Amino acid sequence: MGLCFGTFQEKYSQDMAIFRTRLQWGMLFAFIIFLLACPLFFSDRILTIMTMIGIAIISVHGLNILTGYCGQISIGHVGFMAVGAYISAILTAKLGWSFWTALPCAALAAGMAGLIFGLPSLKIKGFYLIMATVAAHFIIIWLILQIYDVTGGPDGLPVPKPKIGSIVLKSKGSYFYLVTAIACLSTLLTKNIVRTRAGRAFVAIRDNDLAAEVMGISLWSYKLQAFFIGCVYAGVAGALLVHYYAFASVDQFPFMDSVWYLGMLIVGGMGSNVGAIFGAISLKLLDELVTIVGPILSGAVAAPAAASLALITRGLVIIIFLIFEPRGLAHRWGMIKAYFKLWPFSHEE
Amino acid sequence: MTFFLQLVVTGFALGMVYSLVSIGFVIILKCSNAFNIAQGHFVLIGGYLGYTFLVPFGLPIWTSLLLAIGVAIILGLLIERLTLRPLVGQPELAVIMVTIGLASVLEGLATLIWGGEYKTYHGVLPTVALKLGEISVPSEPLIGLIVSVIVVAVLMLFFRYTKIGLAMRATAEDLQVVRSVGIRATTVYAISWVIACVVGVIGGILLGGVSGVMIPLAEVGLKAFAVVLLGGVNSIGGAIVAGIILGVLENVAAGYLDPLLPRGGLANVFPFIVMIIVLIFKPHGLFGLVRIERI
Repeated sequence: MGLCFGTFQEKYSQDMAIFRTRLQWGMLFAFIIFLLACPLFFSDRILTIMTMIGIAIISVHGLNILTGYCGQISIGHVGFMAVGAYISAILTAKLGWSFWTALPCAALAAGMAGLIFGLPSLKIKGFYLIMATVAAHFIIIWLILQIYDVTGGPDGLPVPKPKIGSIVLKSKGSYFYLVTAIACLSTLLTKNIVRTRAGRAFVAIRDNDLAAEVMGISLWSYKLQAFFIGCVYAGVAGALLVHYYAFASVDQFPFMDSVWYLGMLIVGGMGSNVGAIFGAISLKLLDELVTIVGPILSGAVAAPAAASLALITRGLVIIIFLIFEPRGLAHRWGMIKAYFKLWPFSHEE
Repeated sequence: MTFFLQLVVTGFALGMVYSLVSIGFVIILKCSNAFNIAQGHFVLIGGYLGYTFLVPFGLPIWTSLLLAIGVAIILGLLIERLTLRPLVGQPELAVIMVTIGLASVLEGLATLIWGGEYKTYHGVLPTVALKLGEISVPSEPLIGLIVSVIVVAVLMLFFRYTKIGLAMRATAEDLQVVRSVGIRATTVYAISWVIACVVGVIGGILLGGVSGVMIPLAEVGLKAFAVVLLGGVNSIGGAIVAGIILGVLENVAAGYLDPLLPRGGLANVFPFIVMIIVLIFKPHGLFGLVRIERI
């Protein structure tokens, strides 16, 4: 699918290759060069937006494995991001660890938190699981506020910027490189995780968990694996977020953001890597659009128009996508690609 | 002992309002199998509607209540027709997500119309002072209790004696049979959303009287989910009992444990702790039906 006519898969390795044709390799290199060149051309504001998109992509990939592939809906994703963020913040700020050792620890800690709150998923699903993850979010945030000796509670915690050797990544451009590198790696990792044995087991559980169990897939093990992997991504994203702001505070992890991550997944298309990326980019750009348009409109309507406009547009986007394009942008993208592959001799289906 | 009883009584009254909000949720779930995440936002809208009619318009409480109910009916009909009707037959997740989108739109509208500010109408509701021995029952929760009891009673009568009420109960039992005897399922869905909206708005007016109205009032909806899960998602009686249990537990736990904790705030997470425990040990709640699945 997606390959030009005349490309024949003659070996197993060719069939499995992610980048198969010269055109794809060329596009990959062009894209990497584009990313490397970004800090040269773009202003700090655009780089900030792109960094935020990168962090969102990492987080949504995690949610995609958990919700899109394994079918375990989570609206507590931001809670797990907060776990990773605070572990990394405490390790670097209080214990003086380097960012590079703190990041894996943060990821693991978030994964562990995911395992604990994933336990109810063994007995429940659908709405009940959603509620369990909502509860997870509020309990995590409450715990963070409770241990304020360590976390700073509502006052927050200053966090050092990451360093490579003696170079501190404090410019927008350098941090953009860091986030982009991790986002690209996480995309590659997700793509590969979902085509392993575990990934196929996730899909089987999503499509019908009873049937999957009958086929010999251990629900216990794979559901928890999905929670662990998904929350590891969240932990990495959370850690990157607080190190970017050089400050950790619970206000960076509002409950509604979990909903938006799920929204990104829906807009992009569940169970699709491209979808996760599309969703993260399009909803983040929508936010930016709203912050630009909001102040213009606020002359006409009441004062906090920008905030309410963001809520209304995001809600409407989710509703409209669910009603008119439930398979998301990824599906639309596939259709466009198929159209141009057959063009000009496309036929109506 | 007086302290304990005081906590129990206040919790009881608060719990009755939780029950009221939860009933709306259960009715939608029973009739159309949709989980309504936006229930808390109906409460929010209700609180602001109550404020609008009571303070700027200066209407008496009963007129305000009736007007708010009128708005709620229109809102419920609109929501059902525009967002839920196109999704009939779609997977459960789509319906849940659409209500999440709805929650966001409602919150945005509330911010847009009322500015998201703290509004209060503390002294506007009629005051009813009641003293049981040494315990004084505060006025607003007591009104909440009375109105909740009335609304629950009206709903019970509605479901027992009216034709559409019976149709709704029948739909909850078996959609196929209901359709074959000529009841329009879409009407039933619409009515269930209207009822959910109305009870949410009434709950909002009552809670707004107790603690004022602000955007976080919508989080009452999350507490209502804890109530619903504790009571069993498809049991109206369960929602009432669980609402009272949770209201009392929350108040008592906060009253006794908050001084021990450095930062307090236990009342806000307590429902979620209950929720996790219920989900792990008794996923179908106290009175819920245990659903048996077949491949």
